[in-house]
Amino acid sequence: MEPLALDLRVEVAGIALKNPVMPASGTFGFGEELSRWFDLRELGAVVTKTITLEPRPGNPPPRLQETYCGLLNSVGLQNPGLEIFLRDKLPFLQELGLPLIVSIAGKTVEEYRELAGRLAPVAGISALEVNISCPNVKEGGVAFGSVPSLAAKVTEAVKEVCPLPVIVKLTPNVTDIVAVARAVEMAGADALALINTLTGMAIDLERFRPALGNVWGGLSGPAIKPVALWAVWRVYEAVKIPLIGMGGIMTGRDALEFILAGATAVAVGTASFLNPLSMVQIIEEIKGFMLQHRISRLASLVGAAHR
Amino acid sequence: MGSMFLVSARVEELKEIAPSVYKLKLWAPQIALKACPGQFLHVRCAQNSSCDPLLRRPFSLHDRQGEHIFLLFQVKGRGTRWLSRLNPGENLDVLGPLGRGFSLPQGEELALVAGGMGIAPFLFLARCLLERGNRLDLFYGARSASQVFLGREWENLDLKIHLATEDGSQGYKGLVTQLFRESLSARTYHRVYGCGPRGFLLALACILQEEGLPGEVSLEENLACGLGVCQGCVVPIWEVQGGASYRPLCSSGPVFRVEEILWEKFGEV
Repeated sequence: MEPLALDLRVEVAGIALKNPVMPASGTFGFGEELSRWFDLRELGAVVTKTITLEPRPGNPPPRLQETYCGLLNSVGLQNPGLEIFLRDKLPFLQELGLPLIVSIAGKTVEEYRELAGRLAPVAGISALEVNISCPNVKEGGVAFGSVPSLAAKVTEAVKEVCPLPVIVKLTPNVTDIVAVARAVEMAGADALALINTLTGMAIDLERFRPALGNVWGGLSGPAIKPVALWAVWRVYEAVKIPLIGMGGIMTGRDALEFILAGATAVAVGTASFLNPLSMVQIIEEIKGFMLQHRISRLASLVGAAHR
Repeated sequence: MGSMFLVSARVEELKEIAPSVYKLKLWAPQIALKACPGQFLHVRCAQNSSCDPLLRRPFSLHDRQGEHIFLLFQVKGRGTRWLSRLNPGENLDVLGPLGRGFSLPQGEELALVAGGMGIAPFLFLARCLLERGNRLDLFYGARSASQVFLGREWENLDLKIHLATEDGSQGYKGLVTQLFRESLSARTYHRVYGCGPRGFLLALACILQEEGLPGEVSLEENLACGLGVCQGCVVPIWEVQGGASYRPLCSSGPVFRVEEILWEKFGEV
């Protein structure tokens, strides 16, 4: 057989990615820690931890509880705030020369607007991810993501002040994710990221108390993969804008399932906690699958399972 | 943080030294070479392709001998149960050495205070402190004599051991923190090292603050990444520039100076 030239390039909201793999927001920090383990430039893009206007201390511990094939977390968007992000964290990310997606969250529509307005002119940022789906904060977050009209309002506010592509991150904790996806697309979103974590809890039988300091948290990991795939599948059929699929991706085969279901790119989260090299291994596994199945263009697989 | 490695460590020996308490000997030359006392290893407690249990489990370095490292662990859940069934010759997926360990002074009078499984990091620490010409007292408390895990390795170390058991079956009858407090009427230390359960740590911190003694404690939390990425395993800390914040135990600790910790909040959990 002739040697096969592999083309892993995909395009999301006008951003050219050399491969479809990126970190899920909140599982990559601002890149410094994982850069000690592999060359971050292997990735298709990087996505920051969600930034808020003011620093957030995060939720009281314990913040983590393992469940069967899953992980509950209630970190609560702990982050240093916009100013410190711009001063201390951004320069490192700019130097990578990779597509850089900055994730933002606000307590009000105005906060989303202000964050977007202040980030839009900053050099080296390729797109904003609008996090309207964090289950672990009391104000904002998922409150916007669970009502289609509010999700649209946030999206419009960000689009008004931000010429960069806008990716809206959706929550699965809704009756109908398709309704939210459609509303956000109508409001001008350039792409969708899905899914954020599923809300859940655990009880500590030693203390007779909820295992998490915040009582509830967001479930991630392989336990949620079927739910995430189904969300991607349905949203793919309902909207025209590209999707970044995520939720329990541990291997290249998992990533390919999301791509076949309709994701143009994929994000890896919890897997990086088990193995800091997960993302690069997933890229290699995708290549291996393409070689084995004589597929030269990854982009040809996007949504292929719908046919 | 210094060098960290992701290695396949060979299981050399696994011994049950007391009911449900195991000592695991691993061959991991890279890690052994770079490890410092108080640091930990993050161990995959499942077959490679398995996602259950999902997360690694943190274990403090119990000892190091040449290219070998030792872990001391008690079977508590699914991860440690899996670990307790390993056979010599099998390989273990190990990330480490991770975190910030104990400080290693020279020529000081030091006390190590351990509660229960908190003894785990102190064998390696005691070796390193003795090499640096320090004088050591070990205070060690357990529920009863059958829960005292002092193997032969301790016999060759030049230090004084003060035992306490809650039921009085060996040594002082009562809590080790109480034994330690009483000993302070006769003598003092340049520095005190502590490791043990939450209640033990709170009591020890209280004593050290009352006596004005500098101390370092090794803490425990549920961990995910072990690398400071996920912000999941946080400890409430007083910041140098004022105010308090949550810092990841895995990368800012697991060893903290007693005065760094915001004990009121730590105790709430």
